[in-house]
Amino acid sequence: MINSGDTAWVLASGALVLFMTPGLAIFYGGMVRAKSALNMMMMSFAAIGVTTIIWVLYGYSLTFGKSHNGLIGGFEHVGLAKTLNEVVGPQGHQIPTLAFAMFQLTFAVITVALLSGAIADRAKYGSWVLFVAIWITLVYIPVAHWAFASQSGTGGWIVDKLGALDFAGGTVVEINSGAAALALALVLGKRDGFKKDPMRPHNMPLVLLGAGMLWFGWFGFNAGSALSAGSLAATAMINTQIASAAASMTWALYEKRRDGKATTLGVASGAIAGAVVITPACGFINPLGALILGLIAGVAAAYAVTRKYKFGYDDSLDVVGVHGVSGIIGMLGIGVLATVTVNAAGKNGLIAHGGFTLLTHQVIAIVVVALFSFCATWLIAKAISATIGFRALRDDELTGLDTVFHAESAYDITGNSNRY
Amino acid sequence: MKLITAIVKPGKVDDIKKALQVNGIQGMTVSETRGFGRQKGHTEIYRGAEYTVDFIPKVRIEVLADDADAAGIVDLIVETANSGSIGDGKVWVTPVETVVRVRTGERGHDAL
Repeated sequence: MINSGDTAWVLASGALVLFMTPGLAIFYGGMVRAKSALNMMMMSFAAIGVTTIIWVLYGYSLTFGKSHNGLIGGFEHVGLAKTLNEVVGPQGHQIPTLAFAMFQLTFAVITVALLSGAIADRAKYGSWVLFVAIWITLVYIPVAHWAFASQSGTGGWIVDKLGALDFAGGTVVEINSGAAALALALVLGKRDGFKKDPMRPHNMPLVLLGAGMLWFGWFGFNAGSALSAGSLAATAMINTQIASAAASMTWALYEKRRDGKATTLGVASGAIAGAVVITPACGFINPLGALILGLIAGVAAAYAVTRKYKFGYDDSLDVVGVHGVSGIIGMLGIGVLATVTVNAAGKNGLIAHGGFTLLTHQVIAIVVVALFSFCATWLIAKAISATIGFRALRDDELTGLDTVFHAESAYDITGNSNRY
Repeated sequence: MKLITAIVKPGKVDDIKKALQVNGIQGMTVSETRGFGRQKGHTEIYRGAEYTVDFIPKVRIEVLADDADAAGIVDLIVETANSGSIGDGKVWVTPVETVVRVRTGERGHDAL
């Protein structure tokens, strides 16, 4: 029988998580230069459209259909077949399958949208749309199946065989997007003028608004992943708040000590890094554990985002530094801080005398997902580059992609720009 | 007739406007602009990366005046805009051949 309270929360969470992607569009859009701001936002909206179509056709089925050797789901739900009036979840906490399918769709959407930050200002729009479709199919769907498709021990190999813990997508969303972003940034190459010309964020208030939308939506992302409106959701929600708040402050503090000033971009980025670090862990650790992870993530990510200048890859909006690095810290943090007093379905980590078993499993999940995602994404991006081309022409990049690809511009301050 | 052009710090514009109004100056034009002088640019930091911003926001004020009034207006602007710190700006005066009021067609002194 359908549990209406649980269903209401999962339905609301689906809407909350979808809200994150326009939030990401605004977060990213404010961070790039005005001449390509619309293109940046358009990449997120394309992710919503393309991913949804794929999800209906075969995405949901291959992710959550009956597992084949823990690697990929089956075709039985193609076209969302056998999902109407069906339920998922344990007795007493059943929700409509379509509520679950909608909720999970929004995760796929934001994960691929995150990647656009690594190739800001220089990707051909049509190639991006094609990339979204291929990447969701060949990278997101398998990884989501591995870590999310729990089927009484016979589902995805990470969740059911390895037994690594990932509450809301530290592997599927964060490490996956971080590793893929690195591959994309390497294949497409640096923006013209990287490290030489100023590429200041063109609108910091937009960045802060977007960060706020992401923070808000993340409660659906993390607490919604309980798939039930109970204690576990409450724990996940407050843990999300604690880690985001703590990381926003430690990022700013780290900046203050290093650069002399605490910046708005630092506070916004820290909040995201905190939400990322707690994503896999929020349903397995207690609030003080969330505080510790948040404090660490703010500093670690603030340091990590500066490494691209040293290594010379142009991960323009720091998907690797914020999502990849914080995602790894969150996954490792579970191995240390997890306790079954928070979640009986979880495990004990180091501190709760669970030994190194869980931590080892977490490391295996991190390494396999990161390697798979990096290699597969690199191949996909290379294939697109070699056929229809992925990188925009240099002239178009210098002009700005908004007018080139969309025949629009983000701002018309004077109201007279059609004349002069 | 003279055109007095002043490049000043954005925060000084209101004070200058009031000072000019109090002293009976009838009109002025302001525009937001950017530039650098001896002050050079400034540094901004985004996610730990320093960017040197060469052109600093300033406001350009333009006032048309009779030859006899020009020196007084320049003094007024200089006094008001002066904070004693680098980057206060510059004021210069250029000769103007003629001025026409669009509505009436008045020329020269009458158009001011």
